[in-house]
Amino acid sequence: MVYLDNSATTKPCLEVISAVNNSLQNCWGNPSSSYDLGITAMDNLENSRKVIADFIGAKTDEIIFTSGGTEANNTAIFGVSEYSKRKGKKIITSSIEHPSVLEPLKQLESRGFNIVYLTPDKDGKISVDDFKKEIDGETILVSLMLVNNEIGSIQPIFEISKIIKEKNSPALLHCDAVQGFGKLPIKVSKLGVDLLSASGHKIHGPKGIGFLYKSSSVKIPPFIFGGGQESGMRSGTENMPLISGLSAAVKALPDLSKTVEEMKILKEYAIERLSNTGLVSFNSPVNSLPYIINISVDKYKSEPLMNALAARGIYVSKGSACAKGHRSYVLSAIGLDTDRIDSALRISFSRYTKTEDIDILCNALSEITAKMRRFKK
Amino acid sequence: MKEIILIKNGELVLKGLNRSTFESMLMKTIRRRLHDLGKVSIRSAQSTIYIEPVDEEFDFEEACERVRKIFGIAAFSRCAALNKDMKEILSVTPSYVSSALSNAKTFKVIAKRSDKAFPFTSPEIAREVGGAILSKMPHLKVDVNSPDITVLVEIRDYAAYVHAGQIQGAGGLPVGTGGKATILISGGIDSPVAAYRMAKRGLILNAVHFASPPYTGPLAEKKVKTLLSKVAVYSGDIRLGIVPFTQIQEAIAENCKEEYFTLIMRRMMMRIAERIAMDTGSKALITGESLGQVASQTLPALAVTDVVTKEIPVLRPLIGMDKEEIITISRKIDAFETSILPYEDCCTVFTPKHPRTRPTLEECAKAEEVFDFEPLIEKAINETVYSRITKDGEA
Repeated sequence: MVYLDNSATTKPCLEVISAVNNSLQNCWGNPSSSYDLGITAMDNLENSRKVIADFIGAKTDEIIFTSGGTEANNTAIFGVSEYSKRKGKKIITSSIEHPSVLEPLKQLESRGFNIVYLTPDKDGKISVDDFKKEIDGETILVSLMLVNNEIGSIQPIFEISKIIKEKNSPALLHCDAVQGFGKLPIKVSKLGVDLLSASGHKIHGPKGIGFLYKSSSVKIPPFIFGGGQESGMRSGTENMPLISGLSAAVKALPDLSKTVEEMKILKEYAIERLSNTGLVSFNSPVNSLPYIINISVDKYKSEPLMNALAARGIYVSKGSACAKGHRSYVLSAIGLDTDRIDSALRISFSRYTKTEDIDILCNALSEITAKMRRFKK
Repeated sequence: MKEIILIKNGELVLKGLNRSTFESMLMKTIRRRLHDLGKVSIRSAQSTIYIEPVDEEFDFEEACERVRKIFGIAAFSRCAALNKDMKEILSVTPSYVSSALSNAKTFKVIAKRSDKAFPFTSPEIAREVGGAILSKMPHLKVDVNSPDITVLVEIRDYAAYVHAGQIQGAGGLPVGTGGKATILISGGIDSPVAAYRMAKRGLILNAVHFASPPYTGPLAEKKVKTLLSKVAVYSGDIRLGIVPFTQIQEAIAENCKEEYFTLIMRRMMMRIAERIAMDTGSKALITGESLGQVASQTLPALAVTDVVTKEIPVLRPLIGMDKEEIITISRKIDAFETSILPYEDCCTVFTPKHPRTRPTLEECAKAEEVFDFEPLIEKAINETVYSRITKDGEA
């Protein structure tokens, strides 16, 4: 199997599997119980929280465990809109955010908020100048992704945070970092964000777990109410198996600044190999996250190509897995024509991807298209 | 109080000579469709089919839903089955019909007494029951000429039956009375509708689907199975054959003129479908073609594909329908949302840039004869994989 769809999800690593297993088998107490079983579970919970907090340079009470990136995004967006609605009704975002940001914002739009969608350039990057023109005293929230899930473009989050401060705007800065977390070295203070969402299953952790970083200076109401867990910010008995899994996934991460350099070399290799097939045009910008390459394969349709690759045990995704069946709004936002969008494939790596995997992919692409070419004439 | 379903003779769509065959087919279908809902007695007497729950576990609401989808029933009644006791009839009827009457302004009561031993005459029964209803729902008025709702009280051999109007059935002819036919199903909007329309005319359905692995994926096949399961709600189980079609498509692309690709492909499909149909007892093919919808469905194109089937007719129930009309039915049978799932099928994976819309048979036959397709056709038929699709999916 050659798995090159790591931006959809990743294979859980062994450390994660054993942490989840251990929690289910040996540490299944309720962290709220005040006898030894519960206390052990609470210790695990707080240790896990510390692992995450240290990793992103936050305080432990700034980490709220959630069911994943979607819940973290919803909590941040609805929370800020509720808390700051008296300060203003303007929210700035981009047109290429993930649906778990765009859909909550659509809800807010229908409740009278003014949502400004910044359009990216052909490299999938929003313009800092555009942002400068939009940010004002009425803006209560800026929500931008760190890394785009389809093309891997990286947004200038730190510059954005500086502008918010320069302009003295009351806006809070939320960053959906699901595709960047565990891949780029992230420190919340260096990014200048107030809120940040991340997910476990993109970094070889389990599905169904993620967290929201919320700076202790930020006050927002919870999204889910109940027994008051997570300092009242996210009620519900803590999901200990998956929280342990997430913290194991973070602990298992290698030195990221070193890995990024290795991934850049891998990406260079992939670009060269793919270019040599003579079939491929590149939809990802040059300086994108080295884990994601979005390509279009001549004028072959994505789906037959994806199916034919899958039949050989090579897994990539057509367009974006989240935009199932619809023409990708991200690729059209960066100005690609429909032919190119309809033949787009996303190849996404993990730290376990080898150059041989890329060789296998390129050979398969050449063979498959040679067979299909007859239908193209 | 016990509820039963009555399907009366006059409500059976077809009367006359074939009636007894039709009725026994219909009884069989009803038994098959209801058997998993609990113990139920299904019998025919006094020109009426009685569907009567035997134990309390029987899911009567679901039974009514299912009866509504059985072809051959134009209308049926859902009634209260009461003891032949005037006191009971008068006490139960007003509350039983109250929800049917709640939005009505006028009503009348008709009584029918086939059991002449019952101590009240029909007009007496009608008057008494009408009075009981009026005293419970004083907002109503009696109107014997054009009432909003007619309440029927029937005194039969074993019980008295009360209902407030008929429920429309699926119409059509009982499945099986017309024999068996094979639908060519692609995964689009049209073919499930065509299958539904022909099942409605009394046909048992088989299906063939052409797959082009590896270019078409498992989801495309799953989609076809889901679509057939929606049709099976009405038609009963469907036997599906999935024909591996890639090699034939590759051979066409390699050997034949590109502009004839689609037509030759369709001719191959019809040939294969006819042979599978005949091997499996079908007396016709069914397609979802609609005139002029795409390049391969113009009259000249139909002429070119129609000639390859020699033994059995090709039924095209949608030939004169607009897309909107087809979509209306597709929604009605709950197939539309599945039909528009965007998976590539064998027809869309390979599409020529410029298909011929005015082909002639000679040209097409000439483009085709450059290659001997027979061995590939035989291989495709031999490698066809069969499964049974029920209303709940693949069996």
